[in-house]
Amino acid sequence: MLRKIPGAFLALAIGLPFGHAYAEPDPQAVVWASACFSCHGPEGRSEGGMPPLAGMPADALYKAMTDFRSGARPATVMHQHARGYTDEQLRRISDALGSTPN
Amino acid sequence: MHRRDILRLAGAVAALGAFGPAASAASGGRVVVVGGGFAGATCAKYIRTWSPRTEVTLVEASRDFISCPMSNRVIAGMLGMRDLTRNHRALESRHGIRLVHDTVTAIDTDAREVRLASGASLDYDRLVVAPGVDFAYESMRGLESAAAQSLMPHAWKAGPQTLELRQRLATLREGGVFAMHIPKVPFRCPPGPYERACLVASAMKRFNPRGKVLVFDSNPDILAKRDLFFHSFVSEYKGIIEYIPNAGFESANAAQGRVTFDVHGEVDADIWNVIPPQRAGNVARTGGLANVDNRWCEVDFLTYESRVVPNVHIIGDSIASAPGTPKSGHMANQQAKVCAAAIAALLAGRAPSDEPIIANTCYSFVNDKEAMHVAGVYKFDAEKRTMVSVPGSGGLSPSSSSEEGFMAVAWIFNILNDTLS
Repeated sequence: MLRKIPGAFLALAIGLPFGHAYAEPDPQAVVWASACFSCHGPEGRSEGGMPPLAGMPADALYKAMTDFRSGARPATVMHQHARGYTDEQLRRISDALGSTPN
Repeated sequence: MHRRDILRLAGAVAALGAFGPAASAASGGRVVVVGGGFAGATCAKYIRTWSPRTEVTLVEASRDFISCPMSNRVIAGMLGMRDLTRNHRALESRHGIRLVHDTVTAIDTDAREVRLASGASLDYDRLVVAPGVDFAYESMRGLESAAAQSLMPHAWKAGPQTLELRQRLATLREGGVFAMHIPKVPFRCPPGPYERACLVASAMKRFNPRGKVLVFDSNPDILAKRDLFFHSFVSEYKGIIEYIPNAGFESANAAQGRVTFDVHGEVDADIWNVIPPQRAGNVARTGGLANVDNRWCEVDFLTYESRVVPNVHIIGDSIASAPGTPKSGHMANQQAKVCAAAIAALLAGRAPSDEPIIANTCYSFVNDKEAMHVAGVYKFDAEKRTMVSVPGSGGLSPSSSSEEGFMAVAWIFNILNDTLS
């Protein structure tokens, strides 16, 4: 999905309507999600240490983030990041990232 | 013919030769990025990702990308320089960025043109300036000359001075003294000096147990991860690190290895690591972008566009940072993405997002194995027109740990990949 999003930007840029491939483009969520890549590697393809985000389904990402935020899932740093986002933001980021091919 | 005209002519000729027709005016627009560090390289890559029809030219003098983060481990003999050395080639081959290894001599913001040392010039629709920091040695008596500076290296840009300090530490006499001077904030990487003190002390514990580390800080207290570093200073490094706050630099005698402070007087050391005060990179200052005290560049945090010069964006260490946010490679990488998205929008005639969110994670080592972090999430405050910490987010490690030491090493490889590949 993530690889298709640049196309969504492009479609916006040249004023074309979205095709079916981009049913729900969310360029804002794509930019928010890119913040994750500083630690989790480009497009979520971590080289090691931090778990890869690429290949994770959107629902699993969302659950992980909400569990980090509540403290249900222990973490060294992720709870401090998760608490920076609203439910809606986490949902949109998870949808943007979800099912990026690993 | 004026010199300026000659430059223009030379530029025009070179532009036709080396760079092809300058004014191809592709509908995606032309962006020039000055500086290929964590800020500039990331920005160039993400502009191409999010605006594939935009021509992006990255101007960077160095063929090597040497990471400043982790370079304190090189000084302490815990990593090699090679581990931190990358290049920009994937930006060219994979992302279609035009890479120009040259130095910017002038920015003409009226003509929207960047002039290069080779004589060529580059036109832009949007310019991104990301030169990092430069050093304000003229305020440091005794360190005005390059010769004196090299005797008391800063090693605050990873490179030859990093290896110089490593070499001096490795050959320090038994029981010798390694002394540091820390400038007043703001400067690049606020926790960096304290990490360096810890890692040098950690190396001494192994190889030179009677050695000493003296930390003369211009600031009234440890600037970052205060309690965690303080704990290391007084426990793990008791008797090795001596921390001296409020130490005002007065002058240096580089040949004698002596620095004079306002209160503490003359201090001799075998190795002096004097970190000078810092400011926006010279190209930002000469380009008229450093409107804050002629030192830092004020930006609109939605776009990172200069507050004083239109169509020019500044990211990374050169900006007047939002209050409470550090100058760090991680922040530079994060700002670069917001800037790239804004430029993609502006070139397409759309409004940039008014809800950017960026995050910082900064690891510091306290010894060869253990690290700790400070993290923060920042959003745009429309009233204050700056980035503010999201309430409830962020925080520190409870203590340093080897688990976070492992994560810190993973972090550098992942952020280098995000920036360069």
